[in-house]
Amino acid sequence: MAAISRDEVANLARLARISMSDAELDHLAGEMDVILGAVARVQEVAGADVPPTSHPLAVNNVTREDVVTPSLTPEQALSGAPASSEQRFKVPQILGEE
Amino acid sequence: MSIRDNAWQMAAALSKNEISAVELANQHYEQIAAVDKDVHAFLYLDKEGALSQAKEVDIKRAAGEKLSPLAGVPLALKDVMTQKDVPTTCGSKILENWRPPYDSTVVTKLKDAGVIILGKTNMDEFAMGSSTENSAYGPTHNPWDLTRIPGGSGGGSSASLAAFEAPLAIGTDTGGSIRQPAAVTGTVGVKPTYGGVSRYGLVAFSSSLDQAGPCARTVLDAALLHQVIAGFDPKDSTSINQAVPDVVAAAKKLDIKGMKIGVVKQLSGDGYQKGVENKFNEAIAELVKLGAEIIEVSCPNFEYALAAYYLIAPSECSSNLARFDSIRFGLRVGDDGVKSAEEVMNLTRQAGFGREVKRRIILGTYALSSGYYDAYYGSAQKVRTLIKQDFDNAFTKCDVLVSPTAPTTAFKIGEKSNDPLAMYLNDIATIPVNMAGIGGMSLPCGLADEDNLPVGFQIMSPAMKDDRMYLVGGALEAALLSKWGKPILDFAPKLAGSK
Repeated sequence: MAAISRDEVANLARLARISMSDAELDHLAGEMDVILGAVARVQEVAGADVPPTSHPLAVNNVTREDVVTPSLTPEQALSGAPASSEQRFKVPQILGEE
Repeated sequence: MSIRDNAWQMAAALSKNEISAVELANQHYEQIAAVDKDVHAFLYLDKEGALSQAKEVDIKRAAGEKLSPLAGVPLALKDVMTQKDVPTTCGSKILENWRPPYDSTVVTKLKDAGVIILGKTNMDEFAMGSSTENSAYGPTHNPWDLTRIPGGSGGGSSASLAAFEAPLAIGTDTGGSIRQPAAVTGTVGVKPTYGGVSRYGLVAFSSSLDQAGPCARTVLDAALLHQVIAGFDPKDSTSINQAVPDVVAAAKKLDIKGMKIGVVKQLSGDGYQKGVENKFNEAIAELVKLGAEIIEVSCPNFEYALAAYYLIAPSECSSNLARFDSIRFGLRVGDDGVKSAEEVMNLTRQAGFGREVKRRIILGTYALSSGYYDAYYGSAQKVRTLIKQDFDNAFTKCDVLVSPTAPTTAFKIGEKSNDPLAMYLNDIATIPVNMAGIGGMSLPCGLADEDNLPVGFQIMSPAMKDDRMYLVGGALEAALLSKWGKPILDFAPKLAGSK
């Protein structure tokens, strides 16, 4: 039995905000099945007594003094935006028509 | 003075006024003009910026200012590091024409040291791949054989060194993207300890694994560049606040008598090309002659490293690449005034991302989704612990560990591009290093008998003991050079038009 169905891949693509054609979904579903089959073997050694590692270093939260330091100007921050207006990012509509 | 010289030789010629930084940069641009139509190492050349930078170095030198050791030496920058006002694409259509408004810390340090940034090098899209075939701008070709891959993801950086288009380059290494390209092009590449070089301005793929590092044609050149780019950076929350190990002194020492060198049993055998194993074993014999003690060590959990990596890296990538939302930078597709922000986002990411990037985002989204999280991502994190323990145990017995860098020499372009799993196997020997955050170096150890292509020798050192890989690498390189009689790149066929 396949580890993952085409419908599941379609749902993941929706969650990841990537439109996919039927052909893309068909292809990816097959590949995902093979890859998941190969990576599932991590479960063989991942016993309940093994603690997880999320990071190679012991990571601590890093803070700094709350002082103003140089930063990007609004023009610089918006310089790569596909659309901007009045010093703001301009986005397509996020609510439906009234 | 020739473009085939090493970076330290160029630095010496500059300091003696035998050549100016402007002349040196121009010589490299001439070589690029002659060979890059065949190699395609570069995505963008910043000739104007580089020459004005070079002129500045020349003026300072003429004025008698104290300059950094690499001042005036040219460099090729992997297109995943931001450079202010210079296009930074990460090999992706989604960032085509994006000009970042800021410098990465690595670039700031390079500029402060007077290193001349010639241009941006090709790479697998967002550093996902082992062949540079996943670049949206076409593959890079291996200077040893133009029908073969130059490794990946940093194939542009490694090819630029092997083609004498630059004496130094910057790479980034998430699962082997500095070391495997170095291995298949006969060059040197170093992944420093995680946190040793700032990630600020390195466009993130997998944040707990990504690390920038030096690429060069010799161990000493890599050490000199390492010294320039490494060090604590308050702009990177995982930057290590400790002194940088003295890698330059280590590279020059050439004395490894009594050092304990561990050969990892699991990184050999099945899947490793015969010629790769032979050259690796010959290098081990050189280390014995130099007075090192060779110990076989077992790291049983390395067997699971590849599987764990292909859960952890895609998981982090699915989260990191969410920033490409068509709002703040990069591509926007389908904004017709009618479609919603979500529809525009969906269409932009469909058009802007290539196949491998989509594959990994979907895989990561799956591994992190509720119901599967414990079985996949959670288990992979546990494997990460086991791999760290294997390294910790091995380093109680040895000063460094060694293995072949990649299981094979450079393969043909197109040979593995439709088989993701076969492609992933290229990184089987390099991935454990990233999982544990330790240091790893690749340097050339000969040409495989079957195909006359370069073989890489990997040296792994404990965290923040990066000097040890330079010590062993420098000594091995010197021994091999005297055995071969000339640098390995002198065995490569001459590129058409090359000087």
